[in-house]
Amino acid sequence: MTEQVRKLVEKRLGSAAELKNLRHSILSKRDPNRTCISVCAGTGCRASGAEAVVDAFLDEIEKQELQISVELKETGCHGFCERGPVVVIRPKRIFYQQVKPEDIPEIISETVLKGKIIDRLLYVDPATGEKITYEPDVPFYKRQTRTIFGANGEIDPTNIEDYIAVGGYSALSKALFQMSPEEIIEEVKKSGLRGRGGGGFPTGRKWQSCRDAEGDVKYVICNADEGDPGAYQDRSLLEGNPHSVVEGMIIGAYVIGSNKGYIYVRNEYPLAVSHARIAIEQAMDYGLLGENILGSGLDFTVTINKGGGAFVCGESSALMASLEGKIGEPRAKYIHMSEKGLWDSPSLLNNVKTWANVPVIINKGAEWYSKIGTAGSKGTMIFSLVGKINNTGLVEVPMGITLREMIYDIGGGIPDGKKFKAVQTGGPSGGCIPEQHLDTPVDFDELTKLGSMMGSGGMIVMDEDTCMVDVARYFIEFLKGESCGKCTPCREGLNRMSEILNRITQGKGKKEDLDTLEDLAGVLSGGALCALGQTAANPVLSTLKYFRDEYIAHIDKKKCPAGVCRELVQYSIDPEKCEGCLRCLRACPTSAISGEKREPHTINQSLCIKCGACYDVCKFKAVIRQ
Amino acid sequence: MAKVWINGETSIEVEDAEGVGAVHFTVDDKDIVVSAGQTILEAVERMPGIGNIPALCHHPAVKPYGACRICTVEVSEDGGSKFKFVAACLYPVKQGLVVKTNTERVRKLRKGIIELMLARCPNVKRIQELAEEYGVKKPRFVLGDQDCILCGLCVRACQEIMGKSAISLVNRGIYREVAAPFYAYELSEDCIGCGDCAFICPTGAIEMGPDGKPVLPKVKIPYAEVEAMMKKETAITS
Repeated sequence: MTEQVRKLVEKRLGSAAELKNLRHSILSKRDPNRTCISVCAGTGCRASGAEAVVDAFLDEIEKQELQISVELKETGCHGFCERGPVVVIRPKRIFYQQVKPEDIPEIISETVLKGKIIDRLLYVDPATGEKITYEPDVPFYKRQTRTIFGANGEIDPTNIEDYIAVGGYSALSKALFQMSPEEIIEEVKKSGLRGRGGGGFPTGRKWQSCRDAEGDVKYVICNADEGDPGAYQDRSLLEGNPHSVVEGMIIGAYVIGSNKGYIYVRNEYPLAVSHARIAIEQAMDYGLLGENILGSGLDFTVTINKGGGAFVCGESSALMASLEGKIGEPRAKYIHMSEKGLWDSPSLLNNVKTWANVPVIINKGAEWYSKIGTAGSKGTMIFSLVGKINNTGLVEVPMGITLREMIYDIGGGIPDGKKFKAVQTGGPSGGCIPEQHLDTPVDFDELTKLGSMMGSGGMIVMDEDTCMVDVARYFIEFLKGESCGKCTPCREGLNRMSEILNRITQGKGKKEDLDTLEDLAGVLSGGALCALGQTAANPVLSTLKYFRDEYIAHIDKKKCPAGVCRELVQYSIDPEKCEGCLRCLRACPTSAISGEKREPHTINQSLCIKCGACYDVCKFKAVIRQ
Repeated sequence: MAKVWINGETSIEVEDAEGVGAVHFTVDDKDIVVSAGQTILEAVERMPGIGNIPALCHHPAVKPYGACRICTVEVSEDGGSKFKFVAACLYPVKQGLVVKTNTERVRKLRKGIIELMLARCPNVKRIQELAEEYGVKKPRFVLGDQDCILCGLCVRACQEIMGKSAISLVNRGIYREVAAPFYAYELSEDCIGCGDCAFICPTGAIEMGPDGKPVLPKVKIPYAEVEAMMKKETAITS
């Protein structure tokens, strides 16, 4: 027992100098030229089998007795989820993709021991057909500016010493000992940082008002209740670099004078919960959380609160209600949460990414930071690039990059040579942006001008096979299910919108429906209580604005131009093209297709459920979709 | 000096008493002064003849809630150049605030909300009256047959006035309804049969039953869906 206590006391850092010494001693023990195999063990790579890869590496390293010369690191998300599991071999940063457990012995004996590159594991640039050996040369990474996400590939998120080694907690020590709270606020204001959760409210102003607010007890809250379909950047950040978030929160606590912080994270993110928990425990052990942090006199602890999965709990007032143990329902924010938030005390709530930006700003300075980005939006933004795109993954780009650069240069364009149709940004309450606006720079204000929004950074790419009415219907259905039901416009309005959109996609739309939809959108944006309802009509409004002809085709001609809405399409077989290969016949789940071998097949319309299986399998393009 | 309106017609000039936090602002172009710490709706309710703010989920005996949104008005904090919609029952009065309670924009928004309410509860007299006033003829949606507008007054009265919380709002979105907490089949002993919920209900959706306990409104249409949902859930979890 005394031994344990002694160890614990030994770890505790009592001053900024001790932190510095610790960093020096960690670095002095590490050989920068030692081979380090970093395996991405983020959610995406785990899903494609990273854990088995890690186990295989461990086995192989043990077998060949390389424990001393080779270091294996299970890191957070590298971002290139499409190519997972991803392995990077440092210090040269050799980049292997889609690695399988059976490749491991070869990687160890060839690449690690002999320095030979294994050709088949390299990434091939689809644009040039060239094989790329090193991570920084991969086009997906080349165009990114990874200020927040960069350390993900270098550190083991469950090891605080890794974070300290890359300069972690130096911003905290700078803030605590060299800056006053006012100076920090001034720095954050000058940096131009805006809330990364979607609202884009100037962070410095929020901090100022929370510092100025009267109250003995104040709270610091991290919003990690990411619920947008297709978005997982907050999750990956909390999984891959939890200490950067915690460090930002401690700085926030110092600025506003708080002793208590909460991380509100979804229960559906077990890895993020576990990594955040480990990070908090380790920070406690090292005296970076708890009483008298680094000997500065600041006391601050962080508790994790797991959310129950309601989308609306990502809204700040609903999140705080949920933290209080009440039903997660929003309340009016006519008095800001920074003045009267959690338990009616001033509360400083920021998104995961916003917190992670704070140490960077403190370390590198507002001047450096504000050079990145556009006039109104500074710094970088992490987007999750998903949907019909070649390079699915998380990308961190400077604000102001165009949508085209993101989708084509980083994202690698649309798969199977299909045509781009729209990109949906900002989560379910965002809008769909069509081709003609692809050269718009991505920042808070420009996206809002297009009828969409930045949101938390979701970016869903859609190709020509997407029906925009169906997309609007999907998002309205999602929001209808997630509306808390407190206020009339959101509860009733979304229900009626979904009623109308369902009718249109079933071919029962009426001419006046479009006006009704627009009226409902007005009621929602003007009358709803919280941001969920106020922005809920965006998917409808933006598709009505840019793809009105598709709505009209559904209503007037009872046709779905993209061939998505089942009630409006019909499959038939072109007897001229059909070779009678039986493929579609075998694929049909309802046995609606009949015909002999080498004879043209036919579809029995009364049995057809319009699943499109025949369309997908036909090699001769003989199946017609109308 | 402040202008104080009597019945919205005549006004007198009075001097502000010292030490009283007086807030001067305008409602529909009329200067009024009230003590600080009130909402727009509270202030306007004390000024007969000034402003036109209907309200359904508001009752002076319980805390404001902001659910029905009928009381939405336009306010400007910068003296009248930029207006935004706010709920009068929640928005605190501020010095120099410009409030418009009956502009065309406000009436259009309220009309939209009333249309949604009427579609949900076509047989409720209070909603029919509002529909008449705001020119809603026939809702453009499939009509429901409910009486409850989910304003939450009954739940708040039971909790705030009686301190019982014998009823609560359960489920979310369109599936929301007033029920015994945790969807219990019947009201527990917590209900003392005081009848507060029935009294405060603006639509008459709650009546007192023969056993001396309230009969709660049944949300009829989506209830079947909820049942199906719950069955599915049990099937998955069991």
